[in-house]
Amino acid sequence: MERKFWLSTLATCNDAHLISLWKKFGIEVNFTWLRKPEIGSIMCQGKIGVTGNNFNFGEVTITRCQLKTSQGKIGHGYVQGRNKHKAEIVAICDALMQTNKKDLLIKNIINPLVVSDKNLKKDVMSKSESTAVDFFTLVRGET
Amino acid sequence: MYVAVKGGEKAIENAHNWLSEIRRGDVNVPNLEIEQIKEQLTLCVERVMSEGSLYDTDLAALAIKQSRGDLIEAIFLIRAYRTTLPRFGTSRPIKTEDMVCMRRISATYKDIPGKQKLGPTFDYTHRLLDFSLLAEGNIPKAEKRKVLKEKIPHVLRFLNKEGLIQKEKDNNYQPKDITRNPLEFPANRSERLQSLSRADEGFLLALAYSTQRGYARNHAFVGELRIGYVKVKYNIPELDIEIDIAEIIVTECESVNQFQGSKKTPAQFTRGYGLTFGQLERKAVSMALVDRALRWKEIGEEFVGAPAQDEEFVLSHCDNIQATGFLEHLKLPHYVDFQSELELVRRIRKEYEKNK
Repeated sequence: MERKFWLSTLATCNDAHLISLWKKFGIEVNFTWLRKPEIGSIMCQGKIGVTGNNFNFGEVTITRCQLKTSQGKIGHGYVQGRNKHKAEIVAICDALMQTNKKDLLIKNIINPLVVSDKNLKKDVMSKSESTAVDFFTLVRGET
Repeated sequence: MYVAVKGGEKAIENAHNWLSEIRRGDVNVPNLEIEQIKEQLTLCVERVMSEGSLYDTDLAALAIKQSRGDLIEAIFLIRAYRTTLPRFGTSRPIKTEDMVCMRRISATYKDIPGKQKLGPTFDYTHRLLDFSLLAEGNIPKAEKRKVLKEKIPHVLRFLNKEGLIQKEKDNNYQPKDITRNPLEFPANRSERLQSLSRADEGFLLALAYSTQRGYARNHAFVGELRIGYVKVKYNIPELDIEIDIAEIIVTECESVNQFQGSKKTPAQFTRGYGLTFGQLERKAVSMALVDRALRWKEIGEEFVGAPAQDEEFVLSHCDNIQATGFLEHLKLPHYVDFQSELELVRRIRKEYEKNK
């Protein structure tokens, strides 16, 4: 599993879900802050007419932090929203994913998050599919 | 010139306390929770995020509660908060072709790859009050159907293939951020669209409607409207790894407009583009129509003096926070300025009487 994948999963997952999985995982990690959690934003860009020039269309709140575990691993916590506790958990997970705890973490945290996101999207798509419509065009007047 | 006043602290404090009490309303009625606003007044929350220009559902819901449901006041709160945030960077442009669509329709083609999907829409409702919502009525369950194909290509690609529609080219333009650099005229289309994307929905709707009624000739079709989830990609500077840092709901509208052609180009269709946070279809369609009207020069159309064609007029007045700030300041004490005007009028009248 690539770092890009787990960081993406952790950044966009449901806060409460991650926090409860982490609690259940139940391990203590000693670390020092390299950067304490801070709230900020990133500017979001779009493309004019899908393929044209870029333009700015609004900001999204982001929380970030960096820490170093007692094992010497550096973890980055970048998450959507303003939940500092979530950012901390993400940074610890990122650090642990660089150790022999990786497989345990994938099984107990990353995979459940991936599954729940997939289910959510499947739910949206299948509901959307049920609203797929076939319109008929009618000729008005006499035929 | 505005001359400041002093004092009034006690009265102001009391006014604000009463405001807090009245915001709460009858204490026998359960207190409104932020989660309830987020879950049940979603479109209101999304409008505040769009015009507040900050995607954060918790903050938008809080602002709606704090402002007693006055959306412009709520947007004001979000804009003020936004200015306090350090900016970590800029995302990669979102890819709406990868959107997980709730709704996707085209008014130009009936049969399209990826199908017409109505999604959770008010369209085709009869606009009759539903009294069952007064009681705790039964909520019908949304149907589900198996999804065969996940990718939903953009409709206008098909017109593009025939060369019937003007192409949107990427010239690698680096858009200026209008929240950091004041807008200059003439503005580039990128800056125009940033401005329109955070603009007041009502203002855009009125302008778009004016183009439909003939103020600036541009008969529009909704080539495509899509609403759904997109990932926001961001390169983490410390790692140089691009991750999905956020997932947001957006509405995108591509309009198709006729163009007669000119000496240089044969007749072809032209485009307008609308993109907003949240499910804001009225605004996204309005934005596309106004974007198209503002492009008259680049397309080689005539300027007919219509408000929707006038870039300076549109962009200088579309921001409801700028507008309300200037307008509402009129309610603040203007005693000294008014005093000077009063004296001026008295003097003029005196001179008038003297010369009579």
